[in-house]
Amino acid sequence: MEKQELLKVEGLKQYFPIKGGFLGRTVNHVKAVDDISFTIYEGETVSIVGESGCGKSTTGRAILRLEEPTEGKVEFRGVDLAGLSKRDMRKYRKDLQIIFQDPYASINPRQTVASVLTEAMDIQKVLPANERRGRAEELLETVGLLPYQADRFPHEFSGGQRQRIGIARALSVNPQLIICDEAVSALDVSIQAQVLNLLEELQDEFKLTYLFISHDLGVVRHISDRIIVMYLGKIVEIADKYSLFENPKHPYTKALLSAIPIPDPDKKKERIVLRGDVPSPIDPPSGCRFHTRCPYATEKCQVDVPELRTASSMKEGHEAACHYIEEIESGEKQPNY
Amino acid sequence: MSIQGTEDIILEVKNLQTIFKTDTGDVRAVDGVSFKLPKGKTIGIVGESGSGKSITSLSILQLLASNGKITNGEVLYKGDDLLKLTENQMRKLRGNEISMIFQEPMTSLNPVYTVGQQISEALMLHQNMSKKDAFIRSVELLQLVGIPSPDKRVKNYPFELSGGMRQRVMIAMSLACDPEILVADEPTTALDVTIQAQILELIKELQDRLGMSVIFITHDLGVVAETCDYVAVMYAGQVVEYSDIRTLFHQPKLPYTIGLLKSLPRHDIEQDKLEPIKGNVPSPHEMPVGCRFSPRCPAATDLCRTKMPQLETDENGNQVRCWIYTDEWTGEAEVDIYGETRIAKSGGAKTVLPD
Repeated sequence: MEKQELLKVEGLKQYFPIKGGFLGRTVNHVKAVDDISFTIYEGETVSIVGESGCGKSTTGRAILRLEEPTEGKVEFRGVDLAGLSKRDMRKYRKDLQIIFQDPYASINPRQTVASVLTEAMDIQKVLPANERRGRAEELLETVGLLPYQADRFPHEFSGGQRQRIGIARALSVNPQLIICDEAVSALDVSIQAQVLNLLEELQDEFKLTYLFISHDLGVVRHISDRIIVMYLGKIVEIADKYSLFENPKHPYTKALLSAIPIPDPDKKKERIVLRGDVPSPIDPPSGCRFHTRCPYATEKCQVDVPELRTASSMKEGHEAACHYIEEIESGEKQPNY
Repeated sequence: MSIQGTEDIILEVKNLQTIFKTDTGDVRAVDGVSFKLPKGKTIGIVGESGSGKSITSLSILQLLASNGKITNGEVLYKGDDLLKLTENQMRKLRGNEISMIFQEPMTSLNPVYTVGQQISEALMLHQNMSKKDAFIRSVELLQLVGIPSPDKRVKNYPFELSGGMRQRVMIAMSLACDPEILVADEPTTALDVTIQAQILELIKELQDRLGMSVIFITHDLGVVAETCDYVAVMYAGQVVEYSDIRTLFHQPKLPYTIGLLKSLPRHDIEQDKLEPIKGNVPSPHEMPVGCRFSPRCPAATDLCRTKMPQLETDENGNQVRCWIYTDEWTGEAEVDIYGETRIAKSGGAKTVLPD
């Protein structure tokens, strides 16, 4: 089956100005996302992972133009969203929806669930007005709530239930792509598993495509087909799920994976403990942005920006941005802790 | 590995109950918590939000908000009941023999004092050090927790430090007086994984070096598996299972624990489907009459729904609060719990026929 491109991001940059001084001039920029490109195919789940400040949420928001991107293209089915007028963009908001992290903050506390759901349908003219209420009740059932709960207010629901309402709201306009921005991070494990299973069922039922943004690699391994690893505004590695977890190539990906505690006391593994903190995105390190913490870094890494590439030991579609993939693999380069 | 062995028990909590008075009635946040902490070991207290794990730790140190009250139980530290001490005696203990680190290093450090001043405070108060000596010791402590150029950092205010650094400062502060017990309440939850790895390593290293006992409160089962020797699982204000780390992860008995492990997405292995626990945590105002997990439990019987099980100790010293493992069990002999089979103690209502 030919894979259909759904979303193509090219050279996306998102710089936030820092105002300062007496006249409030722009004195510098936070380079939250700095020139990233990737493609999402129809029906798949792509995840973006990374630590706080790596630009994963900013990427999601820039795609939807919740913040206007500084530079770059975001093509949805061939149409560049970044170049559309606000009015034209509104039509596309129906196809691209987002579920936020905090189910307490992302739903208006003064609206009943029914009105939250029908408002979205009203704006996008999804159904004739008299059918919207019925559809709202149907959606509640789809996400595992009960139709009679439609007249309740958000505070009458638990965190997990509220996240289900957020999902129902996203579904109400029949979207094709849903961006899940840390959608299960605020939930307890037992509830998180319920919501993850629901997201998977909905994907099968409605042929949805997900862009899943998360810092939790357990969740990511469970839900994704492909994974993008970001560090300080750049993509450092992109691969199918299996390659990423079983054959990671970038030293940062390796360190990240080794840092996660495994819920099995008998599985003790070599841990790569990175020194220091993530540098500031205002003045990111030159060359490879990871060089300040990388155990393999050389002078070349301080100067040359590594491009994403596929080494001979990597599967097609697996790319990493490191100068020394081969040397690290052969053992020619040893880590220097 | 037995819990009730020859090991020295430094802290024992017996049947602790803590109540909060609210406008809508009393909330039993902690209702029957018991565990033992052997000297030099780490015990993990795990549970989901609202399970009462943080209130347990605050109750041990008697740091509850003004509407909270400990209504029952004993907290035996080296044999003495801490709950019988006066506030003055308690103050001498806190930060000196038992100290605590919190989840939010930003909110638990004072923003208007330098890091050095805050560490010195404990030293001058508990150890009667002079200001000068306390300052020198503060620099040593910052060095101990791996802060680069500690002589400069000691003069920094908390806002000048990153999250990981602040947590290191908190640890330095809690270690200032060589405590016997360190209570760590979600110390790495607000941190990124690579920083979490640094902090966990640090705590472990310091524990080995200083011989502390640690109470580790967390919701992260991965962190528990890596740091703890024993685990107490909490649910709805109660300890529901308590065992050594291997048993808990490889042979959990309680349906809730089994469900928790089955619903955890893992990064280290492939899983087909997660097995979520259905339903929600009960509201503290409407606790189920019987076993508190019974409305969500796949194996619950009428007995479970009407009568509260007690924490029973098995021959290995492990404990579980579940009717399945008592003589009174009336359900099947082989109980299927989220795809795993457990044998009921009584042999069940039905006799298992020999093949």
